[in-house]
Amino acid sequence: MIKIVKRDQPSKAIFFFTPVLAIFLTLLAGGIIFYILGFKPFEALKFFFIVPIADKYGFSELLLKATPLCLIAIGLSFCFKSNNWNIGAEGQLTFGAIVSGGVALLFYDQKGFYILPIVILAGAIGGMIYASIPAILKTYFNTNEILVSLMLVYVSKLILDYLVVGPWSNPEGFNFPETRQFSDSARLPLLFEGLRIHAGIFLALAAVVISWFVFYKTYLGFQMKVSGFSLKTAKYAGYKGKKMIILVFLISGACAGLAGVGEITGPIGQLHREVSPDYGFTAIIVAFLGRLHPVGIIFASLVVAITYLGAETAQIFMQIPKYTGQVFQGMILFFLLASDYLLFFKFKFIGSKK
Amino acid sequence: MIIDINFVGLIIASIMASAVPLILASCGELITERSGVLNLGVEGMMIIGAISGFALMTVTGSLIIAVFGAMLAGVLISTIFAFLTQTLITNHVATGLALTIFGIGISAMIGKNFVGIPGKEFPVLFEGLKDTIPLISPILFGHSIVFYFAFALPFITSYFLKKTKIGLIVRAVGDSPESASNQGINVRIVRYACILYGGAMCGLAGAYLSMIYTPQWIENMTGGRGWIALALVVFSTWNPIKILIGAMIFGGLTIIQFHMQAIGVRIPVQFLTALPYIVTIIVLVVISRDSRKIRLSTPSSLGKSFHKDN
Repeated sequence: MIKIVKRDQPSKAIFFFTPVLAIFLTLLAGGIIFYILGFKPFEALKFFFIVPIADKYGFSELLLKATPLCLIAIGLSFCFKSNNWNIGAEGQLTFGAIVSGGVALLFYDQKGFYILPIVILAGAIGGMIYASIPAILKTYFNTNEILVSLMLVYVSKLILDYLVVGPWSNPEGFNFPETRQFSDSARLPLLFEGLRIHAGIFLALAAVVISWFVFYKTYLGFQMKVSGFSLKTAKYAGYKGKKMIILVFLISGACAGLAGVGEITGPIGQLHREVSPDYGFTAIIVAFLGRLHPVGIIFASLVVAITYLGAETAQIFMQIPKYTGQVFQGMILFFLLASDYLLFFKFKFIGSKK
Repeated sequence: MIIDINFVGLIIASIMASAVPLILASCGELITERSGVLNLGVEGMMIIGAISGFALMTVTGSLIIAVFGAMLAGVLISTIFAFLTQTLITNHVATGLALTIFGIGISAMIGKNFVGIPGKEFPVLFEGLKDTIPLISPILFGHSIVFYFAFALPFITSYFLKKTKIGLIVRAVGDSPESASNQGINVRIVRYACILYGGAMCGLAGAYLSMIYTPQWIENMTGGRGWIALALVVFSTWNPIKILIGAMIFGGLTIIQFHMQAIGVRIPVQFLTALPYIVTIIVLVVISRDSRKIRLSTPSSLGKSFHKDN
């Protein structure tokens, strides 16, 4: 007989094992879905998860997609650890891209080493401004941050659309919905000839290191952890709750804004309608899959980035609809949450009594 | 300038029509939330309902099968959420987000073969009475059965919650699962039922969009309506009748957009499209500012998992 028993303490080993289990279950379920859709499951999975990263170019594309995911997820982990549900990173990314793009356009015909840092800074500030809206409304007007941050995603995309179609559209661009090309001085340098991976990856790595330091070596990190466990305890300990809410939103917004900078000053080099294929939403999954741990998030961002590439490859080679990527992303989160059950409960085998 | 009074009636009717999916989804989510469960998957369940309804209509040719099939699809997808949050005690917010991401992906995958197929005409009721009374007739007559159901639903929901025993049980479970459990109520089963019911209503809301309102399948066609429906529940302070008012305001914003463009108001179209989202934020701020009122009307256990130790 099997009995389900509550664990006295959440198991630490299982805490880091369940993401792997979740990925495995996702592959299994994905194979079944492919089979139902009439594809050969193993071949489909191969095109989805192995073919895209089998060569140098593919690997560079993987890092290119993982960079924004990692950066945003690091920012989100600050919010999620302290129980703040910022789900509007997509909007913060877009607004960061708008502000940094606007600054880059000011310098479109100029050269100079100082331009890129200004553009990067502008993106971070843009993301922070945008993230401060749900934060301030939450702290001073008691407004639900989930709904506000999400509504702002739609608003930011419409602002971007307005700008690239209207006032910022390229005067020599035959009315295409895009801006001028930025000056080379406003572009993040490419790391290798012929590959699209750019210096933005260093921003992501810096975010990983800094967040690790803040989480585990500072008083602020400790405060965040306590507030995440219990707001009452945090209040009792005298932490300044409002300040912290605003701070974590600002950090998260800055990271998303930087991801936006990377998208427009990296391979694209201009603003257009679609600056991000929903990186801001997918990064929520990355943050959870990485267990809100900086190192975990690196691995998680690589795994989830494959679903982006895989969806493209599978579409080209097997005519599998590209939305399969999203389905996989949703499933990973489902399975991860489900396997968390093992953290708190265990199965006990009980010998039958005579 | 002479204003055609029937034209005014038609505008009001079109505002009501665009309020229908919001009313359906909000009333469903309201029951779910009243039982203490926060399901953020409304958008995902709606889009699943939209594609299921449209696909079934195209494949089977039967509108009845399509409408009920869409509701069943909503139930099925919300079963995933119910199983995760109630049986495996997962976090409501994260699970709801996963449901939305998953739902949008699955719907686009299924919907690939249905893009560009024209919809079918959905029968309307009381069409013969449409020209009898000026102003009133276009508002009251000539709509689909789903339309009438939607406008009855807030009243039915209100009656259910206030006057019926099951309604009382739902509220008890939402306000104090511990005491409800001590009274011998199976909290888990009640919450399962409320989640599944919410799924059915969101499925119906989606089917209304793809089969009656638009009517065709467009990828991502819910366009944030699920999130607005969630906001409406907060706006209503969990009172179904107020959902009606909120949904009319948002329906109005959607319709005004079209008319402003038509009469050539020189406001960028993107601003008009953004209006419902901006107004949602403003309304949420105004409603939530009074934290005491919100605390009093929010189901006490909303979003908190309940696990009875065996």
